[in-house]
Amino acid sequence: MNIFVCIKQVPDTETKITPNGDGTFIETTSIKWIMNPYDEFAVEQALLTKQANSGSTVTVVRVGGVKDTEALRTALAMGADEAILVESDDNLDSFMTAKALKGAIEKSGKSADVIFTGKQAIDDDCLQVPQLLAGMLNIPSVSVVVGCEEAGGTYTLKREVEGGALEVYEVTAPVLIACNKGLNTPRYASLPGIMKAKRKPLAQHSLADVGVTNEDRRVKYSNFQLPPEKPAGKKFDAMDEAAQAGIVAEVVGLLRNEAKVI
Amino acid sequence: MAKVLVFTEITSDNVKSVTYEILGKLAGNDVDVAAVGQVPAGAVAELAKFGAANIHSLKGDNLDKYSPEGYANALKEFIGNGGYDYVFAGSTSLAKDLFPRLSGMFDAGMASEVTNFTMDGGTFAGTRPLFAGKCLAKVEIEGPKPHFVTVRPNALGMPTSENAAAGSAADASVSAGEIRAAIKEIIKGASEKLDLTEANIIVSGGRAMKEAANFKILDELADTIGATVGASRAAVDSGYAPHSMQVGQTGKTVAPSLYIACGISGAIQHLAGMRTSKCIVAINTDPDAPIFTKADYGIVGDLFQIVPILTEEFKKIM
Ligand SMILES: Cc1cc2nc3c(=O)[nH]c(=O)nc-3n(C[C@H](O)[C@H](O)[C@H](O)COP(=O)(O)OP(=O)(O)OC[C@H]3O[C@@H](n4cnc5c(N)ncnc54)[C@H](O)[C@@H]3O)c2cc1C
Repeated sequence: MNIFVCIKQVPDTETKITPNGDGTFIETTSIKWIMNPYDEFAVEQALLTKQANSGSTVTVVRVGGVKDTEALRTALAMGADEAILVESDDNLDSFMTAKALKGAIEKSGKSADVIFTGKQAIDDDCLQVPQLLAGMLNIPSVSVVVGCEEAGGTYTLKREVEGGALEVYEVTAPVLIACNKGLNTPRYASLPGIMKAKRKPLAQHSLADVGVTNEDRRVKYSNFQLPPEKPAGKKFDAMDEAAQAGIVAEVVGLLRNEAKVI
Repeated sequence: MAKVLVFTEITSDNVKSVTYEILGKLAGNDVDVAAVGQVPAGAVAELAKFGAANIHSLKGDNLDKYSPEGYANALKEFIGNGGYDYVFAGSTSLAKDLFPRLSGMFDAGMASEVTNFTMDGGTFAGTRPLFAGKCLAKVEIEGPKPHFVTVRPNALGMPTSENAAAGSAADASVSAGEIRAAIKEIIKGASEKLDLTEANIIVSGGRAMKEAANFKILDELADTIGATVGASRAAVDSGYAPHSMQVGQTGKTVAPSLYIACGISGAIQHLAGMRTSKCIVAINTDPDAPIFTKADYGIVGDLFQIVPILTEEFKKIM
């Protein structure tokens, strides 16, 4: 079984974000990058699927900056077999990214039986690449997946929707599965895993190699700026039990008459 | 002036309120609305009041349940025939899944979950939060039309004035085509309340809730003011609440008019999910908790004492 996983490197969730000089993106020089948290669930599910289907291979694909291949190495150290990096700027739009991933998968010479991705990248929060990629490959997709069982190439997938309800899908491979938190518990890379990862194949392509040009850009960003700071709010000390009723009444009054939200 | 389609969903005979928010912003354009299934007469009248010229009920086989492929095929045909420049929807679970696939079928661009937009001279320009709301940017769409846009619920606000249009109701027959990923079953969620992403008021509990049973006091408060209950990741990871209730960077992004944070410290990843709330109330025993720097009204106190009093006080005025 040919299993693919698409991963992205994103700024660490604690990172301070600053717009760049001309407001077209953010400053990327002093950022700590991590594997997109949702992609960890995708890598883990790929490895579980491989374990259940002997003779399978897991190929990790990433589109992004070349300076740092950390996320790919992490996935290899967790147990993926090979990696592909499509070298690009970090500010591609979803359409270009999906097209590059499609190109990279096709260039590998293997046809994907299943593709795992995170449900969303936590930097641009677009939630587009998985569905776009599935559409471009003309395969079905199920997103926001919190349950995944596979038997003989047929997947039973639980997709989380509003109010915590679950839609249960049944679909036969090939399929793209976009993973949510709760699907599994991602394993840590072991020390031997990290050593082995260094010797695993890592193919490298340019955007042109996988058929993506600037003509493929669909979304243009400008005016990156920090959100306006809120003016300081009102703070009340209600540690003293005797004062609590009065303070709570005052806050409720403010919610009604000042903030007008009740 | 652009020719625009607003895609909507009908749930228990109602149109999602984000549809009206979008219509309000589209005044001055040539706007139609479409839903899969029957748009009820009451909703047709309401949509017309806010500017919908034609309201289409899309009907065909295999469309009784959502499927990404079936809905995309059906809409592709309908949108193509209609010659629309833009297609909008609220960023609901369904649209988030459907719209990217659909935009790809047109080789077209899409802006996800904008929090504001203009249609100057019929051209779209939106505002999007990126990096979990740590940054805002202007977003424009290039390339082939139609362009696709989803809008975060509650971000625009309800239109303040009506903008009546023809509101002609019409049925259109569409085809779902081949469906390879189909729903076998739907497992109902625990909550009958509005989803966090749509809720106008949210009461959230953090690690300080100490155990799942204690969420009862938040439920009582929520019932009093028509709120939905949320949680921090620490509360979810400790097993006090399911992940579907998590607000934050790896949970849900919410934009209610009132967010009440109870025993939540205000870590950057939590703020990422709720910072665009219009009004934030924080209850925390630690006067230096970071949440207080974002709160409009901060109450330094023990949530187990404050929340029940708050519930009683709200009961007096609701
Ligand atoms: C990659 C990543 C993603 C993350 N995603 C999310 C996310 O989506 N959502 C999220 O919430 N977090 C997320 N986090 C976790 C985040 O960093 C914090 O750990 C978490 O938000 C803390 O939750 P908390 O405020 O409930 O708990 P704590 O930080 O432990 O705070 C508890 C607070 O309760 C107060 N308190 C204690 N007792 C009482 C009482 N009786 N009455 C009133 N106040 C009391 C304390 O003073 C304290 O401020 C993420 C972290 C990472 C690394």
